[in-house]
Amino acid sequence: MNESAWDGTLSASEFSASAQAFAEKWKLNNPAYPPWTWVKSLEVPIFATNQVEEGYLSLENVCIVKSNDDEVASCVEGEASLYDKEDEESTDSATLSGNDNVQPYYFDFHIIYSASFRVPVLYFRAYCSDEAYPSALLSNQVFLADGRSLGLNEIESVLPANSAKVLLESKWTFITQEEHPYLNRPWCKLHPCGSSDWMKLLFQAVEKVDRPAMELYLVSWFSVVGPVIGLGIPIQMLKEP
Amino acid sequence: MKEAQEFVWMGAIPLQIHLHESEVTTVPPPPPALILAPRIGYLPLLLPLIKPYFSSTLPPGVDTVWFEYKGLPLKWYIPTGVLFDLLCAEPERPWNLTIHFRGYPSHLLIPCEGEDSVKWNFINSLKEADYIINGNCKNVMHMSQSDQLELWNSVVNANLEAFIRSSSKLKSGTIEDDYASKISWMVLGKVPVRLYVWNVSEDFGDMEDAPPIDSWDRISYVNRPLEIHREGKCFTLHDAIKTLLPELFGKKRKPSEGENDEQSFGSEEETKNNRMTEEGEGNISQPLETGSTADDDPEIKLLRIQGIEPKLETPISWVANHLRHPENFLHVCVYIKVPSAKSL
Repeated sequence: MNESAWDGTLSASEFSASAQAFAEKWKLNNPAYPPWTWVKSLEVPIFATNQVEEGYLSLENVCIVKSNDDEVASCVEGEASLYDKEDEESTDSATLSGNDNVQPYYFDFHIIYSASFRVPVLYFRAYCSDEAYPSALLSNQVFLADGRSLGLNEIESVLPANSAKVLLESKWTFITQEEHPYLNRPWCKLHPCGSSDWMKLLFQAVEKVDRPAMELYLVSWFSVVGPVIGLGIPIQMLKEP
Repeated sequence: MKEAQEFVWMGAIPLQIHLHESEVTTVPPPPPALILAPRIGYLPLLLPLIKPYFSSTLPPGVDTVWFEYKGLPLKWYIPTGVLFDLLCAEPERPWNLTIHFRGYPSHLLIPCEGEDSVKWNFINSLKEADYIINGNCKNVMHMSQSDQLELWNSVVNANLEAFIRSSSKLKSGTIEDDYASKISWMVLGKVPVRLYVWNVSEDFGDMEDAPPIDSWDRISYVNRPLEIHREGKCFTLHDAIKTLLPELFGKKRKPSEGENDEQSFGSEEETKNNRMTEEGEGNISQPLETGSTADDDPEIKLLRIQGIEPKLETPISWVANHLRHPENFLHVCVYIKVPSAKSL
C-alpha cells in the first residue's frame, strides 16, 4: 500500500470485503428493499472450493414501475427471499403495489468484479410481466419462459427519465449488451471504462484522502452507478458506522 | 518471431457448412458450402462467402445468422480456431457446422448484426488487453478511426503484413517500434489470457471417445490477467495454468514454500505485491505436477493453443509472444479431469 497515488482500482479480495460491507450497510439502511446476496461461483462446477472468495453481489426481482404518465418509482417487493443460486426452486412472494395504470418492470442486478479492469461492473437484465400469466411473477424460471425479456432499447426507455438523461450526457456510463461472465446468457452491462477515473476523483474530492478505506469502495461506487439504474441509496449509507 | 506469427495467421480450418433442414425450401437440398476459415477470424465474417450457396433456397424473411455445432449454438465472438480447438476433442476435418438464417436464439446468444458487431467486440477486446498490459486504454483510444478500421480489415482479411503496418501505430512508450512483432510484457507484468476449461468428468482413452459438449455451462470461462514475476526464473505454461486456476491447483502448497501462502488468496492483508509474489515465485519453486504427487490432483488431459499442444514446460513468455491473437489475448483451451472429490 505504498503507492503515492491511488489509481481508482481495487483487488479481487478488496472487492469481496467491500461487497460484504456494502451488503451490510444496505440491509441496515434500506430495510424496505430486499437485501443484496453474495453468490459464490459455484455455478461453475470446478470452482467448488471455499478458499477463493470469488463471487458476486446479486439483487433480483426489483420492481421498477413506470406508469403511463411517465412517472417512475421503484416499488418494493413484498417478501423477496434470499435468492440462492444453488436452489433453482426458490420462489419469492412478489406483490405489486401501485395503481392499475402501471406497467411493472422487473430488474435483476449483479455487481461483478472485473479482473481485467480491477473495478466492479454492473450487469442487469429486465423483464416485464405477461398479463396472461400473472403467476409467472412468482418463479423466476417460469417467468423467463413466459414473460418477455426486454431488449436494450426497451430497457433504456424503461429507466427513470433522469437516469436516461444521465446516461445520454455522461461520458462515463453507457450500456451495452454482453454475455454474463458466469451465466452464459445475454445481460446488459454498464461499461467499466472510466470507473477507475471517476472513483479516483470521487475520493479525492469528497473524502479528501489519497487512498480510501477499501471497504467503502462499493458504497461510493454505487452512489454514482445506482441512480443511473433507478436505485438510489440513502445518505446514511455513505457515513461511517 | 515473424515465422511463428505467420504460422498463426495462416492457420485455417476447413469448414463444411450445412444449411439447417428447417430452412431448406428447395428440392433437392443445396449441397454444403466448403469454406476455409482463418483461425484468427470469426464465423460471422464468413457470411459473404457462405450466403451465395444458400440464398436461393431460404424461406422468406430477414436474415439473423447463427452457427451451431452438434446442437450447440456457437458464440460468434470467440475466434474460429478457438471454437474448433475447444469443441472438437478429436479434430474433425472438415469441421461440420450448421448454419441458420432464421430463429436467432437471443435468449442464449448476444445479438450479432454482422461485421460491425464483430468489429466492435474486437476493438473492445483490444482495449481490454491494452488496459491489462499498460494500465490504461490510451494506445487504442488514440488510434484514429481510419487506423482502427485498417487494423480491423487486416484481421478480416487475415493479412499479416497489413496488420503489422497498422499496429505499428499502436504506440506505447516502452514498446519497440514494431508493436506486432515485439511486445514488452514487463510494463506491468500482466498477460491478457482467456482460458476455456472443460472439466471432463469421465475417463476416455481416445479423444474420439470424448463426450460432446452440449452446453456452454459445461465450459468454465476464465478471463483473468496472468501476472508473471520475472526474476531470472522461468515461468512456464504449466505454472501459468496453475496460477490461473488456483481453486484447482493451489492446495498442494507445503508449509516450507512459505510466506507466499497461496491459501491466503482471499485474505484482507493481501496487497498487489503479495499477489504477484504468490502467483509468481510460489509457483515457480513447485515441482512440475503431472498427477504424480497425489491422486487428488487435477490432471491436464489436453491443452491447445492455436491448434497446437505446446509442452507444458514451455516458457510462458514465448507462448504469449508467439501464439496470441491479433487483439493480444492468448486463448487457451484446457481439458481437465478433476477427481470426483473436488467436483460437485
